[in-house]
Amino acid sequence: MSWGDPVIPEEEVISKSLDWTLMRRLLRYLKPYRVAVLFSILLLFLLSGLGIVGPFITKLAIDRAIAAETIADAERMRILTQFSLIYLLVLVLEFGIRYAQTYITQLVGQKVMFDLRTEIFSHLQKMSLHYFHKNPVGRLMTRVTGDVEVLNELFTSGVVQIFGDLFLLIGIVTAMLLLNAKLALVVFTVLPVIFFASMLFRAKVRDSYRNVRTRLARLNSHLQESITGMNVIQLFGAEKRSFDQFDGANALHRDAHLQSVHYYAVFFPVVELIGAVATALIVWYGGGAVVQDALTFGALAAFIQYTASFFRPIRDLSEKYNVLQSAMASSERIFHLLDTKPGIPVAPDAQEPGPLSHSITFEDVWFAYNEEDWVLKGIDLTVRQGERVALVGATGSGKTTLVTLLGRFYDVQKGVIKLDGTDIREFALGNLRRRIGTVLQDVFLFSGTIDYNIRLGDQAITEERMLEAAQVANADGFIGRLENGYAEPVRERGAGLSTGEKQLLAFSRALAFDPEVFILDEATSNIDSETEALIQDALERILVGRTSLVIAHRLSTIQNVDRIIVLHNGEIREEGTHEELMAEGGIYKKLYDLEYDGKRWE
Amino acid sequence: MRSLLRLRPYVEKYRSSFLIGIFYVLLTNVFTLMSPLVLKRAIDELRAGTLTHSLVTYAGVIVALAAIQGIFRYGMRKVMIGASREIEYDLRNDLFAHIESLSLPFFERGNTGDLMARATNDLNAVRMFIGPAIMYIANTFFIVVIGVSLMLGIDWKLTLLAMIPFPLLSFAVNYLGSRLHTLYGQIQEQYSSITTHVQENISGIRVVKAFVREREEIRRFGILNREFIKRNMRMVRLWGLFFPFMGLLTGAALLIVLWYGGLRVVNGHLTLGGFIAFMSYLGMLTWPAIAIGWVINLIQRGAASMQRLGEIFDERPEIVETAKPVVQPVRGELSFENITFQYHGAEAPVLRDLTFHVREGETVAVVGAIGSGKSTLLRLIARLYDVTGGAIRLDGIDLREWGLHTVRDAIGFVPQETFLFSLSIKNNVRFGSPDRPEEEIRAACELARLTNDLARFPNDWETIVGERGVLLSGGQKQRIAVARALARDPGILILDDSLSSVDVKTEEEILRGLREFRKGRTTIIVSHRLSAVRDADRILVLEGGTIRAVGTHEELIRGDGFYSRLYERQRITRELEELE
Repeated sequence: MSWGDPVIPEEEVISKSLDWTLMRRLLRYLKPYRVAVLFSILLLFLLSGLGIVGPFITKLAIDRAIAAETIADAERMRILTQFSLIYLLVLVLEFGIRYAQTYITQLVGQKVMFDLRTEIFSHLQKMSLHYFHKNPVGRLMTRVTGDVEVLNELFTSGVVQIFGDLFLLIGIVTAMLLLNAKLALVVFTVLPVIFFASMLFRAKVRDSYRNVRTRLARLNSHLQESITGMNVIQLFGAEKRSFDQFDGANALHRDAHLQSVHYYAVFFPVVELIGAVATALIVWYGGGAVVQDALTFGALAAFIQYTASFFRPIRDLSEKYNVLQSAMASSERIFHLLDTKPGIPVAPDAQEPGPLSHSITFEDVWFAYNEEDWVLKGIDLTVRQGERVALVGATGSGKTTLVTLLGRFYDVQKGVIKLDGTDIREFALGNLRRRIGTVLQDVFLFSGTIDYNIRLGDQAITEERMLEAAQVANADGFIGRLENGYAEPVRERGAGLSTGEKQLLAFSRALAFDPEVFILDEATSNIDSETEALIQDALERILVGRTSLVIAHRLSTIQNVDRIIVLHNGEIREEGTHEELMAEGGIYKKLYDLEYDGKRWE
Repeated sequence: MRSLLRLRPYVEKYRSSFLIGIFYVLLTNVFTLMSPLVLKRAIDELRAGTLTHSLVTYAGVIVALAAIQGIFRYGMRKVMIGASREIEYDLRNDLFAHIESLSLPFFERGNTGDLMARATNDLNAVRMFIGPAIMYIANTFFIVVIGVSLMLGIDWKLTLLAMIPFPLLSFAVNYLGSRLHTLYGQIQEQYSSITTHVQENISGIRVVKAFVREREEIRRFGILNREFIKRNMRMVRLWGLFFPFMGLLTGAALLIVLWYGGLRVVNGHLTLGGFIAFMSYLGMLTWPAIAIGWVINLIQRGAASMQRLGEIFDERPEIVETAKPVVQPVRGELSFENITFQYHGAEAPVLRDLTFHVREGETVAVVGAIGSGKSTLLRLIARLYDVTGGAIRLDGIDLREWGLHTVRDAIGFVPQETFLFSLSIKNNVRFGSPDRPEEEIRAACELARLTNDLARFPNDWETIVGERGVLLSGGQKQRIAVARALARDPGILILDDSLSSVDVKTEEEILRGLREFRKGRTTIIVSHRLSAVRDADRILVLEGGTIRAVGTHEELIRGDGFYSRLYERQRITRELEELE
C-alpha cells in the first residue's frame, strides 16, 4: 500500500462489467481444484436445504403438536420433543456443513492465489531490463500483491457464494409456493421492491464510496505532501494556507461520508418497512386464509420466518456485482502483464558456450535505449582471452552500456557481439551470464545474511569456496568483525555497511561464482583510504588471468591494465597503454592531469 | 482506556447531537418492539375466533409502526454517525494544525509512513469508537432492556431460559474478534514480507539476472508465499467458525423457544400468539447480542489508537517564540557569534565556534567539502534549528528573540533538495507570496529563466507539477524553487547549492540576472560551482565546521587551499567540455 499516492488510484478508472473472455480465463485457474469446487457447491446446496427446513419444522411442530388441541397433551409433548430433536440435528448439521464449506472455499481460494502469485512473479523474472525501466516498482508490486488479493475475494466470496444465494432464494420461493401458493404469490409482490431498493442502494453507495475514496486519496496525498515538504511550508510561512487547503479537502471528505451515511440511514428503515409490509400481508391475507381453514397457524408462522430470510441473499447478490467489477479490472491488469512477452528472445537451438579460448569482439555495435538516441555509435573492440581492459570516459560516454550489452541485458540494434566468433544471441541466456562476473557501481544487497549475499542461495557453491572468495576479495576481515560473522543479517539495501564494505562483498559474490570474464563498474562515492587499499589489493588478485573489463572512475586504479579505451560520446576516441596515451596528450592525459591535480591536495 | 478521555472536548462539542441521537435510539426501539405484540394479539384473537379489529387494521398497524420507527432510525443514524464524522473532521484538522506547528527535528526523527498510518488508520479506529460503537451501545442497551421486559411480561420462565445463549454469543464474538485481530496482524506481517521480497527482487533485478538467480528467487518467493497461505488458513480455521457458530447459538435460542415454549403452549401457560411473538423477539435480539462483542473490540481498538494519536498531540515544537517576540522590519545584517551546532544524537558538532559577520546587502558565498557544515549554517539562519552554543544576531537582535514568521518572511530560501508541491507551476512559484501581483510572479519566473520552459508546457504556468501533470527535469525543478524564493522579494536571499542541476549556460544567465536582483539584499550562496560564487563580495571556506579562509575570488585562487584546487579542477573540466 502506498500512502497518499497523489495519482488517482487505477481502480477509479475502470468501468468494466462482466467480460466473459476474462471470466473464462479466470475460471481456468479453478480447474486443478474442480473437485473441491464442485464439492463446495454441493455443500452450499445442502445448506440452503437445511436453511429451508428450519421454519418448516416450526410449522410442523405448531400444527402437529403445539396447536393440535385435538390430541392428548402427553402425545403432543412427545411429538414436540421429537421435532425439537430433529431441529437440533438440523442445527448441528448446518454448523458442520457451513464450516466445511467455508474452509474448502477458502482453501481453494488461497491455492489459486498461490498459483497466480507464483505465475506472475516467475513471469516477471523473465522480463528484460527494459520492462523494469518502463514500469515503476510500485505498479509491478501491486500486480503480485494487491490485484491478486482482489481476485481472492472473487473466488472465495464471489463465484461460489453466488450459487449459495441463488439456491437459498429458489429454495425459499419453492417452500412458500408449496405451503400456500396464493399467499406466496401475494407476499412475492414485495420481491421486486426489495430487489429494486437494493440495487438502487448499491448503486448510490458505490457512487458515494467512489467519492469517498477519491477524496480520501486527495486528503491523504495532501497530508503526505505537507509532511514531506514541511520545511518548505514553514520556511515560506505557508502554515495557514496549507491548513486552509487541508481543511477544504477534509470537509469534502466529511461531506462525501455524510452522503453515504444518508443512504445507509434511508436504506435500513426502508428494508424494515418492506419487511413489515410482507408481515402485514401475511397477517391480512394469511389471517383471512386461516379463518377459512385454508392455512394452518404453523404455515402462518413459517411464512413469517421465510420472509425474514429473504433479504440477505438478495442484498448479497447485488453486492457480488461490485466484487465482480473490481475483479474484472484486476484480472485485466494481471493478464496484461502475463501476456507481455519477455524482451530478450532466446534462440530455440541455443547452445552452451564453451570456455572462452580466443576473444570477445564487438563488431560495429550500435545501441540506443530510446530509438535513434544512440548511446553507442559503431563500437569495434576486441578483448583477447586473459586481457585486462579499462574503459575510461566522462559520464554518459557509454562505458556502462557497453559492458551491459555483453551480458545481453539488452540486444544491440546494429552490429554484433561475439564470444569466440559466435554471436552471443545464439547462446542460452543463463549460461552466457554465468560466465560473466559483474560488480556494479551501486552494489545491491538483499535482505538476508552475509552468506546469502555472497552465494545468493546457489547450492552448488560450497562453504569453502565462499570463504575462499571472501578471503581473496579481502572481505573476510570485516565479516570476521561482525557479531555473527557470515550469519550476520543484512538489512534492507545493506544499511549499516559502508560503501567500501559493500564493494568487497560484491567482489566476494562475483568470485564465488568463479566467472571467466570479470566486469567491474567502480563505485564513485567516497571510500575511506583503508578500505580503498583493501579494494585495490583484492582487485590485483581478481584480475590476474581473467578476461576483464574495468570501468574506472579513479585513473590511479588502472595503470596496470593491458589496455585503456577512452570512450567519448559513444565512440572509441583513444586506445593504448597508460604510457602511450600519456605520450599522445589527448583526452586521457587531460583526465589524468585533472585527477592527479586533485590528488595533490587530498 | 484512559486515552479515550482525550476525546471529551470533542464529544462535548456535539453533546446535543449525541443526546438527541440517544433519544432517537430509544424511540426506534420502542416502536420496533411493539410490532410482535400486535402480531401476538392478532394471532391469539384469530385462534380464539374473537377478532376485535379487522385483519386489515392489524396489518395497517404493523406497517405504521415500521414507518414510525423507520423515521427515528433514520434520525438516529444521521445524527449519531453524522456527529462522529464531524468529530473525525475536527480531530483531523487539529492533528494537521498540530503537525504543522512541530519543528524540523520532529520530521527528521519520525518516518512519514508511521505518521501517515496514525493520521489515517488510527484516526479511523477512533472514529469507529465515537460513531458506530456509541450508537450500538445505546441501541443494545435499549433493545435488551425493553425487549427483555416485554418478553418477561409474556412469559418470564421462557424468557430466562431462552436468554441463555445470548451472553455466550457476545462473549464468543468478542473472543473471536480479538483472536482474529491477532491472526490478521500475522497475516499482514507476512504480506509485507512478500511485498518486501517483490520490491527487492525488482529493485535488484540486474543482480538477479547477472547471477542467473531467477530460479532461486522464485523458490524463495514460494516459501514466503506458502507461509502466507498457511497463516491465512490459520485465520480461516477460526473465521470459518464465526458465522456457523453464530448460527448455532441463535438456533439454540430458537430451539429452546420451540421446545420449552411449545410445552408452555401445550400446558396453557403461553398463547400461540405469545409463542410466535417470542420467535420474532429472538430474531430482533440476535444482532444486538452480536454487536456487544463487536463493540467491545471497537472500544479496545479505539483506545489503543487514541493512545497513538495522543503521542503525536503530546509532541511539543522545539523552535518556539519568546513571550514578546520582536516584530519589526528586517534590515538583513547577520552576525554569527561563536556559534556551535550539533545534531541531536550526533557524536560531534557540525559547526564549531564559528564567528562571522555579514553586512546588510552584502553577498557572501560559502564553499567547502561535503559535510563541512554549509547547509547547516544556512538552516540556522532560517531558524529551522536553534544553535546549541553562541548566538546568531539579526540586525543586532538574537534570532531567538525575533518573531518566527518575521524572520522567515524576510528570507527567500532555496533549499538544497528541491521540494515542489503538486500544484500548478504558478502556485508553486507564489507559494510564499500569494498576494503579490501576477506581473511580479512572472518577473521572478523570468529571472529564474523559466519563461521558455513554461511556453513548452501544455498549460503554460497553470500546468500541474508531478505525476498528475508534467514531469520536470532536475534543473527545471531547481529553477522553480529559485523563482519561488525570488518571488517573495526577500531582504535576505539564501541559495543552498541551488543551481547544481541547471546547465552551465542557463546558470550563467540566471547569475547575471541575480547580480541586479541582489543589490540591497543580503545574499548567502552555497555552491560547488565557482561560477556561482566568484562574484560574491566575500567567499568563506568551511572545513570541518570552522572557517578555514575568507577572501575574494582573486585573493583565494592565489592561495593553495581548497578553493584554488576547486578552481583548477573546474578549469580543466571546462576545457574538456570545450573539446566537443
